[in-house]
Amino acid sequence: MWRDALLVAAKDLRIEMRSRVVANQVLPFAGLTLVLFAFALDADPTVLHATGGGLFWVAVLFATVLAVQRSVGVESSNGEAGEGLRMAGIDPAGIFLGKSAAIGAQLIALEAVLTIAVAILYHLRIQGVAILAAAAILGTAGLAAAGTIYGALSASSRVRETLLPLLFLPVVAPVLLSAARAWQLALAGHPGPGAAWLRFLGMFAVVYMVTGTLAYESIMEDG
Amino acid sequence: MTTQKVALRSVGIASVVGTGLTVWLGLWVTPPDRFMGNLVRLVYIHPGVAWVAFLAFGVTAVASALYLWKRTRDLRWDRLAGASAEVGVVFTGLTLVSGSLWGRPTWGVWWTWDPLLTTTSLLFLLYLGYLTLRKASAGPDVRARRCSVAALVAVVDVPIVHFSVLWWRSLHQPPTVLNPTLTPEIHGQMAWTLLLGFVSLSLAYAWMTAMRYRNAALEDAHETQWLAEALAERRAEGGVSPLPTPVPAEASSR
Amino acid sequence: MGPLETQPLDLPEVPVPTVRLRGAVALLGTFPALSGLDLDVAPGEVAVIRGANGAGKTTLLKVCAGLVPVVTGEATVLGCDLAADRRGVRRRIGLLAHSDHLYDDLTPRENLVFLVKAGGGSPRSVDYALERVGISGRLATTRVASLSAGQRRRTALAVLVARQPGLWLLDEPHVTLDTEGREILDRVIAEAAAGGAAILLVTHEAEVESRLLGLSETASVVTMAGGTACSHLRRVPGGSGQAREGAHVA
Repeated sequence: MWRDALLVAAKDLRIEMRSRVVANQVLPFAGLTLVLFAFALDADPTVLHATGGGLFWVAVLFATVLAVQRSVGVESSNGEAGEGLRMAGIDPAGIFLGKSAAIGAQLIALEAVLTIAVAILYHLRIQGVAILAAAAILGTAGLAAAGTIYGALSASSRVRETLLPLLFLPVVAPVLLSAARAWQLALAGHPGPGAAWLRFLGMFAVVYMVTGTLAYESIMEDG
Repeated sequence: MTTQKVALRSVGIASVVGTGLTVWLGLWVTPPDRFMGNLVRLVYIHPGVAWVAFLAFGVTAVASALYLWKRTRDLRWDRLAGASAEVGVVFTGLTLVSGSLWGRPTWGVWWTWDPLLTTTSLLFLLYLGYLTLRKASAGPDVRARRCSVAALVAVVDVPIVHFSVLWWRSLHQPPTVLNPTLTPEIHGQMAWTLLLGFVSLSLAYAWMTAMRYRNAALEDAHETQWLAEALAERRAEGGVSPLPTPVPAEASSR
Repeated sequence: MGPLETQPLDLPEVPVPTVRLRGAVALLGTFPALSGLDLDVAPGEVAVIRGANGAGKTTLLKVCAGLVPVVTGEATVLGCDLAADRRGVRRRIGLLAHSDHLYDDLTPRENLVFLVKAGGGSPRSVDYALERVGISGRLATTRVASLSAGQRRRTALAVLVARQPGLWLLDEPHVTLDTEGREILDRVIAEAAAGGAAILLVTHEAEVESRLLGLSETASVVTMAGGTACSHLRRVPGGSGQAREGAHVA
């Protein structure tokens, strides 16, 4: 399982290194949403300062949807989602862990760049780095795991592009809530209460990683 | 009429009569509350509706688990899960509406980010997605397997959503619904009306779910019939005799 | 087809067929793409499958690959009962489908290394396999996206060569291949059959069919219609290479 996971993750990351879809399309899109938020909020420094952490995570959520779509798209040729991977004979749990790990790694890199962007655009002073990083890592693990599950659930549907956000976004609402609160508190200089939100993020990540590992075979082997 | 039909019909009639009685008792017979006035009358409906919504999603989760478990795998569980979720979404919608109606005079706004309301609204969206997934999957087996997984994945989310939202809001304000001055004193007549409401709404749930289940079963039976015909047609096209044994009715269900 | 001289064919020398289907019904959505198919394919046999569009040829290959479940009837592939486990056997099956399942952003070599490792094999066979199908030198390290359709097909074929499956499922493999490519394909198939692999090959071309029948000692033609096999003709050893001189075993 772990060997297969490593193989799949390395393959997906290599594809991203070559095609740079996440780097050249998803990342600019996430940056764009940050700019659009500023327009919507009249670029009011106090408002942006107070809401920066939350807006950052909304942008990350949208980017996750696109990254998951891409991850599913890589495996689809002529609407036969995942047929190649199934024929390759890889353990489904390995596919799940590998795909999640690749999505997670891409999102972490994206978040690092976005953090700099919010700091500059919204005049945020980056502080409480330990909390920020912990929330980002735990939150991203949960997002990647849930995203991979829902990506596969909607994969062979003809309405994949529209179905995924509807299924996925309500499920990850707790991640948005917890990660945004943790970030906001840390950025405001009160990392103490922020740390408590990490519990939820950790719980979410564990629950969805276990669920995905157990359920992925059922999802992939239904056709 | 078979006993099954009689039973179904009786449940339907009982739920309609019971709900009608609840409305009559709730609106005309029971007294207004000392603090809340006539607003208290919502208490006969709102908690019952919310209870049914949660019951429905609980049934969906259990039925989905039973479908996924190999020893009890049967398309009937999937139909039950789907039927229950449909009714659940309707009742979740009603919960939100009745909650809003309560909220307007109580809090002065139609919507507030009260923990229960927030959790319920997410639940509504979660199961709306589940129903969409049911529509989007082709073939009973594919649909059953995929949706069972989706239902279980959704149900593990419910406590996480609930506790994170609860904790989030409790940092802002004490939960308003449980505010002691707003909790009506329930006694005598009122308690009976409340109980009747719970029972008749639960019956309504059972009735509606059974109807939807029957519809799904008929659709599946129609599909099986269609499959048998298509199969015979296909074999004739191939110039071979029909299969010696007819395809069992559950051919498409395993 | 002309009148067939039918005679029962007993195969005592082949105890376990590679593919054994009995009354197999398979659904695509709710449509019965296979409507109760019986088929035996022996190790080392090259079975050419033909039939009109929609006869169920591609579905037959997908059922053998364990991708599409059999709802009624029996299906045993390489000794595995597909009703019990459709996944375990896939490492020993090679499928060359219409869409080639290659990653556009990886090179042919990277694709092969990934797929061979995924199947639990050693990547040492990769270079030989690419050489064998004529994808060598610079081509092996060019992105698959910039290869021609024929070169992609050769790369997909190389995956099978490298993985050495016991059952080859080829869906119109000749399409898009040039003359040289077709010769390579024929040789690869003949080698695999000689090594004991069973080959199921879908084709619409009569010329391809007659050539393939000469490739193996046990070659046969399966004619499909309406999701069933109307006939399965084996070439008589020592015959002229024409299936119609064979025996009707359906």
